[in-house]
Amino acid sequence: MSLITYREALRQALDEALEKDERVFLMGEDVGKYGGTYAVSKGLLEKYGPERVRDTPLSELGFTGAGIGAALGGMRPIVEVMTVNFSLLALDQIVNTAALLRHMSGGQFSVPLVVRMSTGAGRQLAAQHSHSLEGWYGHIPGIKIAAPATVEDARGMLAAALADPDPVLVFEYPALFETKGEASGEAVDIASSKVRRTGSKVTLVTYGGCLPKALKAAEEVDGEVIDLRVLRPLDLAPVIESVKKTRRAVVVDEGWRSGGLAAEVMARLMEQAFYELDAPVARVCSEEVPMPYAKHLEEAALPQAEKIVAAVKGLFA
Amino acid sequence: MSVELLADMLRIRRMEEKCAELYGQGKIRGFLHLYIGEEAVAAGAMRALDKEDNVVATYREHGHALLRGVSMDAIMAEMYGKREGCSGGRGGSMHLFDAKTRFYGGNAIVGGGLPLAAGLALAAKLQKEKRVTACFFGEGAVAEGAFHESMNLAQLWKLPVMFLCENNLYAMGTALERSESQTDLCAKAASYGMANLKVDGMDVVAVHEAARKARAHAAGGAPIFVEFQTYRFRAHSMFDPELYRDKAEVEEWKKRGPIHSHSARLKAQGDLTEERFLELDAAAQAEVDKAVAFAEAGTWEPIESLTNHVTTPA
Repeated sequence: MSLITYREALRQALDEALEKDERVFLMGEDVGKYGGTYAVSKGLLEKYGPERVRDTPLSELGFTGAGIGAALGGMRPIVEVMTVNFSLLALDQIVNTAALLRHMSGGQFSVPLVVRMSTGAGRQLAAQHSHSLEGWYGHIPGIKIAAPATVEDARGMLAAALADPDPVLVFEYPALFETKGEASGEAVDIASSKVRRTGSKVTLVTYGGCLPKALKAAEEVDGEVIDLRVLRPLDLAPVIESVKKTRRAVVVDEGWRSGGLAAEVMARLMEQAFYELDAPVARVCSEEVPMPYAKHLEEAALPQAEKIVAAVKGLFA
Repeated sequence: MSVELLADMLRIRRMEEKCAELYGQGKIRGFLHLYIGEEAVAAGAMRALDKEDNVVATYREHGHALLRGVSMDAIMAEMYGKREGCSGGRGGSMHLFDAKTRFYGGNAIVGGGLPLAAGLALAAKLQKEKRVTACFFGEGAVAEGAFHESMNLAQLWKLPVMFLCENNLYAMGTALERSESQTDLCAKAASYGMANLKVDGMDVVAVHEAARKARAHAAGGAPIFVEFQTYRFRAHSMFDPELYRDKAEVEEWKKRGPIHSHSARLKAQGDLTEERFLELDAAAQAEVDKAVAFAEAGTWEPIESLTNHVTTPA
């Protein structure tokens, strides 16, 4: 099997989705003529035309809501909100409509909507273009959160999201776009977490852009790395199984520390695996500061392999 | 048609008067926004729609749901929070939904329904369906970004949607001229190059004629904005002491009450007798009594199913 990039995997997934189901269409800012901010949708306008690869004005609230309406009306829209930072402009439609409609209608209306957005820091884009808010979205009942961290998931998760009858937010990681890997094109689920590396000394729990950092750290500390893959609903069964073996865990999360996804994972380990642990669960998160522009400061603000190694060593001190 | 429009308005009026009474008795809780005074808009507009059309409404939507075809029984049961309600008791007054009649709520975020309506219209266009989408909202929504974004998208993409603005002059307690630099709402539509109409929303016949024109325009493949000039006779919600408007102003508008003025016109034309009016009124009242009995007899959803309806069961 030949290797492809994470970016190419995303593109293939979109191509396949548009090819397979005529109810599917892609809309968002610069997805068509421009080819996608990250060139993910390059060539799709030429192949599928402007009705199905639909450039939108800079109206995140409007076109995300229109995606919800189109989903209710029988289509399978893929809304691209360019980046998570801009999704804040669409927050009302995501939280107050997409997530709630099924419940408010007593189960009458499902919203089969997929919203894609890139996320994460690490490219010196400064405070307004570097958010990691996946965990924040994961707080909300009614939406599912997919976080592909491998080429295989970048290739497969879109189809799983489109097959889901409810709203799914798919977070894509520009930090991983040049990563190469195999993508069989076979179906993947958006329900389970997966062991990405086996190890015996410590369980490293992570997702998204931090996966390579956790894998690097694991080399040094004999860590078992678990990729959460889906942040809502969380599947911690493999984490608990791993902790039974390693008896120690560190959660690695690019989100801010306070009230973050890492805190949720730690709380569940406390509830469900307290007696399996030989040390408190630790976490490596972003520092509590907006993302600085200067490279050395940005690096210092983010989780890094060295910080993960240090956190692991702290558990054995 | 004209007598039917009167009957429609009476059904809303009698239902909502009962709701206010039931609120006082603690049978209905939460927020309750009455449409009393504005009935001509829902009545005139709803009869201009096809049964395959989509309807999107606001949190002041009891009348829209009723005239769209949701039974008064199911609406009243929803107000009670009963399982037999049109949203299974999960929505309440502000979130009436009904898939059968393509009634998409019941949205309690001002302006929140407009992007949804644009999307429903986009789906219809992409699937080459004939249906149009009717989106009701108040004039308060025109200050929201969602209004402007949706207007632009709809006109840019030539979507079959009717933006039906119920201008009752107050966004909760804020008068239009205290919140808008441009108080001519049609001018906002015109700025997007969108067709627009300004209509006396207290005159049910004028509303109906305008809505028919608007539907034909939307069905032809372009959105339209219609401003219905109307007035809310009651408080914004049951918690509103109405400090922001003069009693005299309310009384002045009440003289133009849509039920009263339409009845008088029908009588003058020889299309209605007082006897017939009383029959219609009694029928509406009987429907209300039956709906209340239905809601009273309704059941409470067991706590065991509390977490249902969050996601679709596998």
